[in-house]
Amino acid sequence: MNKVRNNRAWWLVLPMLALVAFSAIVPLMTVVNYSVQDVFDANTRFFTGTEWFVKMLNDPALQAALARQFAFSLTILAIEVPLGVGIALLMPKRGIRASLVLILVTLPLLIPWNVVGSIWQIFTRGDIGLMGWSLRELGYPYNLTSSPVDAWVTIVIMDVWHWTPLVALLCYSGLQAIPEAYYQAARIDRASRWAVFRYIQLPKLTNVLVIGVLLRFMHSFMIYAEPFVLTGGGPGSSTTFLSQSLAIMATAQFDVGPSAAFSLIYFLIILLVCWVFYTAIMQMQKDRQSGGPHE
Amino acid sequence: MSESRHQQAAATEADQAQADEPTMTPQQAHALAAREAARRRRRARPKGRRIRSGLLLGAYLVFVLLPIYWLVNMSLQTNAEILGELTLWPQALTLDNYTKIFTDANWYMGYVNSMTYVLMNMAISMAVALPAAYAFSRYSFIGDKHLFFWLLTNMMAPPAVFLLPYFQLYYTVGLFDTHIAVALAHCLFNIPLAVWILEGFMSSVPKEIDETAFIDGYRFPRFFLTIFLPLIRSGIGVTLFFLFMFSWVELLLARTLTSTAAQPIASVMTRTSTASGIDWGTLAAAGVLTIVPGVVVVFFVRHHIAKGFALGRT
Amino acid sequence: MAEITLSGLAHSYQASPAGAADYAIRQLDHVWEQGGAYALLGPSGCGKSTLLNIISGLLAPSEGEVRFDGVAVNDLPPEARNIAQVFQFPVVYDTMTVFDNLAFPLRNVKTPEAKVRERVAEVAEILELTDRLERKARNLSADDKQKVSMGRGLVRDNVSAILFDEPLTVIDPQLKWKLRRKLKEIHRRFAVTMIYVTHDQLEASTFADKIAVMYDGQIVQFGTPRELFERPNHTFVGYFIGSPGMNFIEVHARDGEVVSGAFPLVLDAATARGVAQVCQDSSNVKLGIRPEFVEVCTEAGADSMTAQVLQVQDLGTYAIVHLGLGEISLKARIDEGKPMPGHEAHVRFPAQHLGLYVDEFRREDRR
Repeated sequence: MNKVRNNRAWWLVLPMLALVAFSAIVPLMTVVNYSVQDVFDANTRFFTGTEWFVKMLNDPALQAALARQFAFSLTILAIEVPLGVGIALLMPKRGIRASLVLILVTLPLLIPWNVVGSIWQIFTRGDIGLMGWSLRELGYPYNLTSSPVDAWVTIVIMDVWHWTPLVALLCYSGLQAIPEAYYQAARIDRASRWAVFRYIQLPKLTNVLVIGVLLRFMHSFMIYAEPFVLTGGGPGSSTTFLSQSLAIMATAQFDVGPSAAFSLIYFLIILLVCWVFYTAIMQMQKDRQSGGPHE
Repeated sequence: MSESRHQQAAATEADQAQADEPTMTPQQAHALAAREAARRRRRARPKGRRIRSGLLLGAYLVFVLLPIYWLVNMSLQTNAEILGELTLWPQALTLDNYTKIFTDANWYMGYVNSMTYVLMNMAISMAVALPAAYAFSRYSFIGDKHLFFWLLTNMMAPPAVFLLPYFQLYYTVGLFDTHIAVALAHCLFNIPLAVWILEGFMSSVPKEIDETAFIDGYRFPRFFLTIFLPLIRSGIGVTLFFLFMFSWVELLLARTLTSTAAQPIASVMTRTSTASGIDWGTLAAAGVLTIVPGVVVVFFVRHHIAKGFALGRT
Repeated sequence: MAEITLSGLAHSYQASPAGAADYAIRQLDHVWEQGGAYALLGPSGCGKSTLLNIISGLLAPSEGEVRFDGVAVNDLPPEARNIAQVFQFPVVYDTMTVFDNLAFPLRNVKTPEAKVRERVAEVAEILELTDRLERKARNLSADDKQKVSMGRGLVRDNVSAILFDEPLTVIDPQLKWKLRRKLKEIHRRFAVTMIYVTHDQLEASTFADKIAVMYDGQIVQFGTPRELFERPNHTFVGYFIGSPGMNFIEVHARDGEVVSGAFPLVLDAATARGVAQVCQDSSNVKLGIRPEFVEVCTEAGADSMTAQVLQVQDLGTYAIVHLGLGEISLKARIDEGKPMPGHEAHVRFPAQHLGLYVDEFRREDRR
């Protein structure tokens, strides 16, 4: 679209800016403020500069949490992306079955995150949960609270259950946007199923997949409620990810300086990764506009 | 690209024309042909392939539904039955857990509170995002690209980062433990999302429509409300769905900013341990009831979801 | 190459059609002869695309049979019918180069690579794409993409027919004529049956040897552009072909005279007899005459009628004169150099150019 240059458009943007600034900038300033000070109480505070940042970056507990977080995010991406694509390809495109399957597939996304944790907490208990009980019956000594492996695997399965629908629905909408003529032409050209996937569907999916990977990475990096409810971060700290570490620090230890510094580091890591993705998306959109595929 | 715009204008005209008389563009003819062909193909396609696809999809759906079924199962059992032997379906079906929730103010107020701030957030976010999205879509202005990117970064802000500041901020302005506090807090990520989705949909409406309306003498508010918004109906529906979803499911901020007066259902649920242990049945029932609103909303926007999930950008 | 026969064809998109209105294609019998260049002409919504999809096999007809060289192909899917179809919007595979795009149909059936190269080179040469073979298809202009789309239909050796569904719609006007010429060249070179769907009569007449005019689900006339012009079989063909379209005057016989509304028409005896005869069978009787053949004289004659000149449009080499004969409105086309009428004109309807139309169809046996 050829946009008209008009600075009066700022009026339209102002209400939004005001609200988001209130929600974002003001608190962020507070965080920045705290991150460079040592606050003992309301009246006694010392400027500490980058001391907290250095301390945080060298904190072994935090480094461990960061490592766990990356491991977690990469694992779930590796599972959810192919699975999501596969499901999108299986979902019916038209008719009443399409609506039904769509609603069923979307279901996990609509559940409050703590309820997701609760569902899986119940589901995996050895005494009252179907999965926990079945595993025990089959001979496997499944124990969420004592085995880090069990805890990890369960959390990964829970996240896959919870968030794969997002990837699937993104891909589904990408597939829906492919005009019928492409499939018809492919039939006439006698293309195999694989060729149809590779040359027609996959290129279309690449666009939405980048969005999907961005969203999933972002969210998985911020995950809090589900693992908190399910394992509480345990056993020990084997499933304590970054958000929980930060929450513990902020609320339990009342140490605003270090937690503020940690917050900023956390935020910056996400920003960096997302900026990379964002540039990729914008680049792809630009490619598309300069003589790209037809809708 | 001028072509796609003309095609879209043509498509809009074709849609109009379709309402007047039964004409069909080649595109529509092809789409109809494809539907028919798909129908015949379904009957003619090698059974093996169809069965395999159906089985795979079925297996996934079982995976999705099993934990939810288990929750529903438990919600219809008494605590005694739950803690007793494991049963695959309720032996003594009871609706007591649900009645408890509907009659106990502590419980149902949780839903009311959650609904309240979610609806407030949807209204605020929409009201503010619509003009902003229009600006991003139609105009270029100083700092627009940077503003847009900054907007998106707010979606990437971990709520955990804002816990303490929000707590202090809302306490200071006297809004702690109110619905509006949570509604405003959720604006942090919901407004950028709304702007992102709406801008995508708005950009697919050709600017010629705006220009024609202005030439015809429409003032901007009237044009926006009576002409423009109906054209992006599906985008608005999808945006409302996402706003609802992300606000309804969020736990951390909602819990931090409330204590008793505006306590969301999530908080209520995490406080159900009593002296005699966790009230599993009620917990399960509460859980089931949190899923219902989402299902209702998605049912209403199911036709538009496919488009909206790609944020209008396919 | 194949002769395509459509027999007793009818199609409805409804599962249980109630009446004629539910059918997109009604009772259609037609033969497309081998090797011909045909146009399927008609307004939007008349069923052209539906018919094309039936011929190519993308759609199975509700009733009737499609035969290729006498063999019924109703049950054959498109991939088995050896058909190529070019769609309105270019269908190209963005991730592949132009070469790979053109090679796609051949590689799908495991053609040896040497043959592939040969065919692609040949087709690329005709379509003037040789210098772009290594480019990614994504970066082409719209008409180049459409050429690639067409090219994919041509690479295959043994195509029975090539079907075009309004393929030049997205092309810039100045390039349309170039592509049209290309298509004619391709037809001459490969001598393959081509069916070209369009709603533009100019496109149809420049491309096709014979045009099938489609209206409301039926083929109402099949003939050369000349035949369609001079002897339209159906009032719709009269309206649609020619610019401006044919004049139609509703007539009925009254007291031995031919009148339209209240206005008595001056006609030759044979025509008048014919009108009187058919008026006994039907109330929908029209006389048709093309603006080109309406004789406008400056002086009155024995067999002329006086008309009011309502408007004169001067279009350079010719002028369109809007005439009023009583309540009837007519258009006449007067070429440059011929005398232009003033406020009044005297018109004649030469017998050989008058057509008698009963229930929209032309009646020939009126002498």
